[in-house]
Amino acid sequence: MKIGIVSYGAYIPRYRIKVEEIAKVWNGDPSALKGGLKVFEKSVPALDEDVVTIAVEASRNAIERGNLDAKRIGAIYTGSESHPYAVKPTSTIVAEAVGATSDMTAADFEFACKAGTAAVQVCMGLVGSKMIDLGLAIGADVSQGAPNDALEYTAAAGGAAMIIGRNEDEIIAEIECTSSYTTDTPDFWRREGQPYPRHGGRFTGDPGYFKHVTNGANSLLKKLGKTAKDYDYAVFHQPNGKFPERVAKSLGFTQEQIEPGLAVTNLGNTYSGASLIGLSATLDIAEPGDRIFVTSYGSGSGSDAFSIKVTENIKKCAKDVPTVEKLLSNPIYLDYGKYAHHKGKIKF
Amino acid sequence: MPVPRFWREQKGRYNLIGTYCKKCGKHFYPARSICPFCRRSGEIEDFQFKGKGEIVTYSVIHASSEDFDHLTPYILAIVKLDEGPCITTQIVDEPTDIKIGDRVKAVFRRLGSDGKAGIIYYGTKFVIDN
Ligand SMILES: [Zn+2]
Repeated sequence: MKIGIVSYGAYIPRYRIKVEEIAKVWNGDPSALKGGLKVFEKSVPALDEDVVTIAVEASRNAIERGNLDAKRIGAIYTGSESHPYAVKPTSTIVAEAVGATSDMTAADFEFACKAGTAAVQVCMGLVGSKMIDLGLAIGADVSQGAPNDALEYTAAAGGAAMIIGRNEDEIIAEIECTSSYTTDTPDFWRREGQPYPRHGGRFTGDPGYFKHVTNGANSLLKKLGKTAKDYDYAVFHQPNGKFPERVAKSLGFTQEQIEPGLAVTNLGNTYSGASLIGLSATLDIAEPGDRIFVTSYGSGSGSDAFSIKVTENIKKCAKDVPTVEKLLSNPIYLDYGKYAHHKGKIKF
Repeated sequence: MPVPRFWREQKGRYNLIGTYCKKCGKHFYPARSICPFCRRSGEIEDFQFKGKGEIVTYSVIHASSEDFDHLTPYILAIVKLDEGPCITTQIVDEPTDIKIGDRVKAVFRRLGSDGKAGIIYYGTKFVIDN
């Protein structure tokens, strides 16, 4: 039996703030920051947007792109580290808003930036065991960086939804295999009730991101007997533009392979949304037969790696659903004052 | 707004579900349980609107009640849905970007909340879609 993505959809709020604008307030050096992070601007949610609204918009785009009946969805899992409620699921609101209720199951996931790919894996299991027909896996965040923290330059808003199924006439991208790598690593955390996360500074790089992405990716490649050359595209978790470029290079992937899925430059880090938005951007341009390699990363820590093969069915996707490129176009730029208001940093 | 009332109406607010009279073909949003034209001989059914329409008129709100003050300036508009009914709704674009006759489509947004600890209300607003 084949299992794969039968449709996908992304959503990105229209507001942006440029790295220069944040640097100006904190006396940062914008060119050093831009060169160091390889992020030029980041998305900011509207005042009435949150993880629920982003998850709903991405899911509606996925349902429309695949022209699917939402009643077929048997499970909805939303991965996020910025769910609007501490207790009350995001996924039940999504279920009602996409018309998937009531004969279904739902829950929310949290695993820093990889909760969305964890949701994809769970849906694969439920679909593969025939417990459900279709599963909706979402990664979305409206993440916060404390004022003047390094994260403030990149913490962005956005999300993507993947609909997982097993009908060969519907699968647009077969998931050939997935594997994960997980350890207890305290590189980034946020305690209950705290508005902003804390992180281990430089500790987030080598023992966190690089170790887990490299080991997760290599174990999947080994399992499949493949190398970077067997893939047309690769997507890595993108907390900034630099980390995915460095890890891709060390694994033998070229800049050309990762370029289509490197949305972070003009988007920022969408946390649980990041690797799924990168995958969406890659699916937007992929052709039948293309192979895509994906590895997510979540602090705490873990990585999920996927080997994906695009099928002929991708040509049947609805063409009028916005691509990631379209969602990134036509932004509205905010100054720091308006940005602080949008993110609730100023209390009136 | 009390939680039970919002919950009863939430299907309609999330997905623009109103009603339709099979007898005379008129659409209603919010839902009506009796057709005002056919009265007792009307046949009312649930109807999900496509969520597309156009701006009939609008106003930019600069001073608002406390609940919506953080959103100012924002656009409040009357949108005529393609199926017929007119609704009053927020348009989530910049006040400088709107004109009468613009095409709009439905989006899912926060409508408000009961303070910091209360329930969050979600529902439909509109965005320019020319
Ligand atoms: Zn009637």
